[in-house]
Amino acid sequence: MYAFFAIVRRDLRLALRKRAEIINPLLFFVLVITLFPLGVGAKPMLLQAIAPGIIWVSALLAAMLSLDSLFRSDFDDGALEQLVLSPQPLSVLVLGKILAHWLVTGLPLVIIAPLLAILLGLSAKTISILLITLLLGTPVLSLIGAIGVALTVGLRRGGMILSLLVLPLYVPVLIFAANAVEMAQLGLPVMAQINMLAAMLVLACVLAPWPTAAALKMSMS
Amino acid sequence: MNSITPLLQGLDLACIRDDRSLFSELSFVLGAGEVLLLEGENGSGKTSLLRILCGFREPDAGQVSWCGGAISTSAYRANMAFVGHLDGVKKELTVLENLRVALALGQGNGGSLDAALARVNLAGYQDVLISALSAGQKRRLSLARLLVTAKCLWILDEPFTSLDKQGIQLTEQLMSEHCAQGGMIVLTSHHPIQLTHGAVQRISLSSCL
Repeated sequence: MYAFFAIVRRDLRLALRKRAEIINPLLFFVLVITLFPLGVGAKPMLLQAIAPGIIWVSALLAAMLSLDSLFRSDFDDGALEQLVLSPQPLSVLVLGKILAHWLVTGLPLVIIAPLLAILLGLSAKTISILLITLLLGTPVLSLIGAIGVALTVGLRRGGMILSLLVLPLYVPVLIFAANAVEMAQLGLPVMAQINMLAAMLVLACVLAPWPTAAALKMSMS
Repeated sequence: MNSITPLLQGLDLACIRDDRSLFSELSFVLGAGEVLLLEGENGSGKTSLLRILCGFREPDAGQVSWCGGAISTSAYRANMAFVGHLDGVKKELTVLENLRVALALGQGNGGSLDAALARVNLAGYQDVLISALSAGQKRRLSLARLLVTAKCLWILDEPFTSLDKQGIQLTEQLMSEHCAQGGMIVLTSHHPIQLTHGAVQRISLSSCL
């Protein structure tokens, strides 16, 4: 447990010292969403209707772009070797790294999302549902993405393969999250979708660290 | 250093890389207080053998055992430290922060971090970022990491690279002390080593074909 928190603290400190890693996915997220009103034109009703999809697809892409930094620098400077050689279970350390990564790249998206939702004309109640789906959904994106990164970190140009691997796995999260926001817009109950997202988060938390750890060990050889 | 006598054993190890046999039928037994020096020309499989001993790679034949058990256990990893080509330190963190992470991952031996840094001539560098250190100073920091963690087996890949004369002497001295305390070392080196303690076994990988 002590090692878990040591890893979280180390990664947060690292992120604070190279802030570009926090800012870039966030800027990407904001830019993509502001591009839609420009591209679609001044049609508030249309924008409002497609807003859940826009926000969630942008969040998905921003999360994916930030994934590569999860293990890349550790792999390049040998810190990953030391993690693998630690007597602590690697899956626990990996979970610590994923948590720190989400705090740095996922949480800022959740915080800035209400502003962008207002931009697209969502109502206050819908925004609160959107926040819940983002809070439950973005950690799942980090957890699932970690498996893909661990598999591709040893490859020289893993970026493209990573997106092909990971994006299809993001589909369930996208479906339930965007649907929940859409239902909230119509004033329908959304408990079922929220429960599904919560279940995905719990499952991913428990199941994702194992294959990630195994894939990292494989990348070492 | 340990309640059971540590013993690292390799039996009939072989390594094949890109259809080329690097070494085969390589066996050794390493007990407490002993040093295993791997020699051989470039590309003879020294680093590959070290990575097999670390558990990063599976040997293509044969097996490695630690105290009679497999090396994929956390009991083995709790007893071994590896210093490879890569330093394994984060260049955005300070010297002290890096050592603290190493301590959290392994098990400390109760010694103070400052004393270990003083030992490797890095006293006063506690709050310096790694990116401001020279290659030799980073090597010294990896030595400090070995000193603060209670590891019985040191696996060192070319430990003398980029060290100055004093650094090499210091490394040899630390290695001798480690052996005198019952530790064991596996290393590769092109540099002749002089140890005051520890029986040195040499394996030339070029002759293990």
